[in-house]
Amino acid sequence: MADYDIPDDRRYSAEDEWARLEEDRVSVGVTDYAQQQLGDIVFVELPAVGTTVEKGEPFGVIESVKAVSDLYAPVSGQVVEVNTDLAEHPEHVNEDCYGDGWMLTIEVEDRAEYDGLLDASAYRRHIAERKG
Amino acid sequence: MTESKRTPLYETHCRLGARMVDFAGFAMPVQYTSILEEHAAVRERAGLFDVSHMGQIYLSGSGAVAAAERLVSCPVASLGQGAVRYGLLCNETGGVVDDVTVYRLANQALFLCVNAANTEKDYRWMLAHAGEGVQVEDRSPRLGLLALQGPASQAILERACGLALRELKRFRFIEGAFEGTRTLISRTGYTGSDGFEVYVESETTLRLWEALLRAGEPFGLQPCGLGARDTLRLEAALPLYGHELDDTTSPLEARLDRFVKLAQGGFIGAQAIAKRKAQGHPRLLVGFTLEERGIARAGHVLAHGGKAVGVVTSGAPSPSLGISIGLGYVPPSLASVGTQLFVVIRERNIAARVVETPFVKAPGPRRS
Repeated sequence: MADYDIPDDRRYSAEDEWARLEEDRVSVGVTDYAQQQLGDIVFVELPAVGTTVEKGEPFGVIESVKAVSDLYAPVSGQVVEVNTDLAEHPEHVNEDCYGDGWMLTIEVEDRAEYDGLLDASAYRRHIAERKG
Repeated sequence: MTESKRTPLYETHCRLGARMVDFAGFAMPVQYTSILEEHAAVRERAGLFDVSHMGQIYLSGSGAVAAAERLVSCPVASLGQGAVRYGLLCNETGGVVDDVTVYRLANQALFLCVNAANTEKDYRWMLAHAGEGVQVEDRSPRLGLLALQGPASQAILERACGLALRELKRFRFIEGAFEGTRTLISRTGYTGSDGFEVYVESETTLRLWEALLRAGEPFGLQPCGLGARDTLRLEAALPLYGHELDDTTSPLEARLDRFVKLAQGGFIGAQAIAKRKAQGHPRLLVGFTLEERGIARAGHVLAHGGKAVGVVTSGAPSPSLGISIGLGYVPPSLASVGTQLFVVIRERNIAARVVETPFVKAPGPRRS
């Protein structure tokens, strides 16, 4: 079975996004599991700064050579920063999904939404269960 | 859900860590490492594909050539022994039953290599329309097929099989032996690069696969999945049945005129195809590139002047060109090279332009 990097310093959604809280802002990206499943990422479509996203609702699109997938917001709030480098370098999501491959920073409305996300060990179990 | 069929290499693909998907009822590798890497391997060095899911239907007997002339759109009687031709099996309305390659084995023997998804349909169609004095036989379950594609293919195959292949021209084949069993090697493929397809008995397929990988190691040969096969064929603007071709599409709408013996006629669908041509085709296949970021996908609407005018049949990022490319149908008035189109992607109009195809012209066999 493939090995997935799941760092302890952040939380995870069941839809394979990670969220990392710093003060009242959450940065968001997709997990190592997601990027491995997708394969070569060739296109990322993100919302504009100022857009409001809803927890569990699509905020953007990620495309591999073969497939198109929605990106789901792990928490609700206003988008305050967008990683515009991904337009030119979508491969950063494959190369460094927890770093240069970040997608958004959201100003969190409700801290409880963040606290309700999976921690690293729960997310690891989530992946294992899905793989059957 | 019914269990997917397996090629002789199923366990090998799994062991190599391939991502397996169901394709035309077969469990097939879509990629081993990365579609982009595998694509580049074929364009720059060589790639090895398991395409054992494809079908082989044999025609033999005194009526074999006449049957093939009636069944396929390309000339068959003039096809010399050892030669291959691409053609279409058409229905009475001029639609495409399948696109195939025809191999002339002997005076009264030939076979058609057909799409996996259509093997059953083609076999029944051929049985029903073959006529007298011909035996129709589906040998697909007994045959493996490997495609070795890319500029280093010749050197690798020569090394693995101990044959000289420099003189083997494109669309020619030779029969040979590998470890005591019969093989057929044709200089054909579905990538737009130079390469070979090797037909081999099912039980020998794994040994041939391993021998080719060993011989290919110094050349950087890489196993390649269906993902790269699709981006490679799209760069070469080769049609894919179910996308560019189907039971209602005339081969002329798909711009396959040079594979259709329209003047000679005599094949099923010829009259309908000629009639549809005379009436004027409502749509023609075009190649286009995107002029903005985005990826066209099959099913996306093509627009012009604020109106929907057609549909994308295949689309992908071109790994060789670094831009998005696609094929689609539009009215003939919008089919000229240079015409501005829009691909409607998630309700946004993304600018595209009709271009010459193939998108990528890879070098053929070296003629030194």
